[in-house]
Amino acid sequence: MAISDIGDIQVAERALQHHFADMDQQRDTSSFGMWMFLLTEIMFFGGLFCAYLVYRASYYQAFVEGSQKMNIVLGATNTAVLICSSLTMALGVRAAQMGKPKLMVILLLITIVLGFGFLGIKAVEYHEHWENHEFPGPNFHFETGNPAHPATDPQHTQIYFSLYWAMTGLHALHMVIGIGLVAWLVIAGLMGAYTPHYSNPVENVGLYWHFVDLVWIYLFPMLYLISKKHGG
Amino acid sequence: MATAVQTVERENYLNSNYGIKSWLLTTDHKRIAILYLISITAMFWLGGFFAMMIRLELLTPAGDLVSSDTYNKLFTMHGIIMVFFFLIPSVPAVLGNFLIPLMVGAKDLAFPRVNLLTWYLYMAGGTTALVAMVTGGVDTGWTFYTPFSTTYSNTHVIGAAIGIFIAGFSSILTGLNFIVTIHRMRAPGMTWRRLPLFCWANYAAALIMVLGTPVIAITLLLVALERAFHIGVFNPQLGGDPLLFQHLFWFYSHPAVYIMILPGMGVISEIVTCFSRKRVFGYEFIALASIAIAVLGFLVWAHHMFVAGISVYAALVFSLLSYLVAIPSAVKVFNWTATMYKGSITYNTPMLYAFGFIGLFTVGGLTGVFLASLGVDVHVTDTYFVVAHFHYVMVGGMVMAYMAGLHFWWPKMTGKMYPEGWAKLSALLVFVGFNTTFFPQFILGYMGSPRRYHAYPPEFQVLNVLSTAGASILAVGFVLPMIYFVWSLRYGKEAGPNPWNAVGLEWMIPSPPPTHNFDETPVVTWEAYDYEHQPQEEVTLGH
Amino acid sequence: MQGTTESVGHIIPAKLYVAIWAILMAMTLTTVLVSFVDIGPFNIVVALVIATIKATLVVLFFMHLRYSPKLTMATVVAAMFFLFLLLGLTMTDYLTRAWLTNPGY
Repeated sequence: MAISDIGDIQVAERALQHHFADMDQQRDTSSFGMWMFLLTEIMFFGGLFCAYLVYRASYYQAFVEGSQKMNIVLGATNTAVLICSSLTMALGVRAAQMGKPKLMVILLLITIVLGFGFLGIKAVEYHEHWENHEFPGPNFHFETGNPAHPATDPQHTQIYFSLYWAMTGLHALHMVIGIGLVAWLVIAGLMGAYTPHYSNPVENVGLYWHFVDLVWIYLFPMLYLISKKHGG
Repeated sequence: MATAVQTVERENYLNSNYGIKSWLLTTDHKRIAILYLISITAMFWLGGFFAMMIRLELLTPAGDLVSSDTYNKLFTMHGIIMVFFFLIPSVPAVLGNFLIPLMVGAKDLAFPRVNLLTWYLYMAGGTTALVAMVTGGVDTGWTFYTPFSTTYSNTHVIGAAIGIFIAGFSSILTGLNFIVTIHRMRAPGMTWRRLPLFCWANYAAALIMVLGTPVIAITLLLVALERAFHIGVFNPQLGGDPLLFQHLFWFYSHPAVYIMILPGMGVISEIVTCFSRKRVFGYEFIALASIAIAVLGFLVWAHHMFVAGISVYAALVFSLLSYLVAIPSAVKVFNWTATMYKGSITYNTPMLYAFGFIGLFTVGGLTGVFLASLGVDVHVTDTYFVVAHFHYVMVGGMVMAYMAGLHFWWPKMTGKMYPEGWAKLSALLVFVGFNTTFFPQFILGYMGSPRRYHAYPPEFQVLNVLSTAGASILAVGFVLPMIYFVWSLRYGKEAGPNPWNAVGLEWMIPSPPPTHNFDETPVVTWEAYDYEHQPQEEVTLGH
Repeated sequence: MQGTTESVGHIIPAKLYVAIWAILMAMTLTTVLVSFVDIGPFNIVVALVIATIKATLVVLFFMHLRYSPKLTMATVVAAMFFLFLLLGLTMTDYLTRAWLTNPGY
């Protein structure tokens, strides 16, 4: 490989950008930059969380009925998949920090596979909701599926579904971007780009990946686990 | 002082590289600032064109120049361009980009490539919005209230929303860059308490940029989705609440006005101290007031919704909080005044604009406090009183601060002096024109003349004609600098490193600065605005 | 010219990562099981508490916040503060709209 036989320090020196005094400053700065970016992402999702809070507080029963159409098994499985992917991502970052590029690549590849697994399960759920006319718009038609408890407030259950599609859709988009970023790390890692003295890109992508996991940690109970009670 | 003509031009950021690619692919913060200067100026004139059309229509009481639909488009596009594509980026993207690395003693911002990306995002957003405007326009008002924007408007709402969305990311990344730079890239000895107040001000504005802009981004995205897919998040007929849109919109758009004014206040702090030859009075208070404005600015947004149908109890809370946010601004005005007291004042153009700012911003700010009072607000909301209030703070305040900053740092950015006589005349025309345009609007609003109407009762005509006359004078006041600034590039006097004898790292390097800013990393040993013991040695002698 | 330094940052032992992972999985199972029990208004409280504990673990350990500069912690706190501001102040409107009725109107 091109630069795998060059020393760790030299790789870091080549990666040092001209406006930084040293690699420490570059690492601290780029890490802080990524945390700031995640702060903006929190506010970005925050707008949707606000809409969710407002409508759930105002139309609780409609939200209960909407969430009871969610597939808890698939949702919980997806939560587990993401947590596993966070583990492999964290271990991958650790491998990069310890100068074990091959191990890093393996762990990141597993992370990507788990990421695709999440998206695949999500696609199955989306398909099911689509078939059940649970996509908002002119074709929306909501039924609880329980003849003993018909829909009490389908108009506001449509809002629940609007938020469901918007929030999980935005989350899925961030997953796709995350998979892309991790794939970039794999390619660069195979070319020996990361060493113990220069692993901040791996760390920063790790931060992003964990953030996407964090969003789902909240989305799951908010969307899937509102209440099991039927009829109020 | 007569000096020999330089036979070899010193290397600086302007001549270090030629060709369009060296500009379009630059990562030098100074070049990026110039790119922004050109695009923002173009946007200003476009927004000004729409303003001219509005004022021409309002010369006569009847709606005879344009139809009401067209008039709706005119004030919408005036607002969108001026707010999102001129005021919000102006001082940060032009002066902030140029000066912050210089003022903290760094070679560049923390993320130079991200900086270039922000300019491209600005251009992409601007182009998208312009296409929406040229292919038919938008008529929802720059505030995009639902359900008109989501359901009933027949104009290019989605295009405009996407344009603003993209430009919003430009703002977010600029703010992120500034915050990281100021935290992590300060030169040795440049402590927080020695940081120029311009940096504190841009830091506070950057906090708002990163915290608030994402919320309007997601809100506009929801508007676009609702318009495209007919979901009902904001449409009452489909179960939504239009007020939720207003809450989410104003959560950003109120702090946004502080994004606009804080950097302007930073400019004023720099200018007042320099042209009073005196240390700023109450440095810590001004620095902390900037942060206070940024934080408190997030607590007051529903004062735009007092008559929209929010709960009276919420209105009470927001009214009280809105009074609070005036306090740190007042602190700054007092401190600038105290800085000037017993100072040695010179009346150069930047200082003239600064005087204008302090007076006009005070008027605008105080009328904001009137509007915070629920009783008054019910009477004057959606009238010209509000229009006058925000133009006093945004034009009388912010635009004058921008002009002040451009004049103050023009010698540093270009190495040339502008013609002082013409500049003073322009400042006078701007001041007279501005007041003639907007003071009558306070009276009009108080008498009940509604905003966003293209026709009005005949008894309001005199004041409207006066306002339009003022706008013509104002326009001349803005055209003249366009001409003499460009003129100065070729024929202006050589400025030298420090034509104003100011204190600050940026004045210790050549004008225009070299690409790498400082030959050696400066070590700061003096306090900010140390006009008593002004350090004389240059930090770097250049070549 | 030496442009790099000796320090490489704190490295967390793999065992700690696995332990955190195990806790997260257990808490996921817990939150699902609790959702089947009807404890009225406390369902949402328990769900959010569990989610927050999970989030805290991810942020502190997977994202290394525990070993990061104080500035990073300040960034996280600021994000939480402003998010709650958005949610909380908006809710002051919605929660109090029904309080005042105007019988005369």
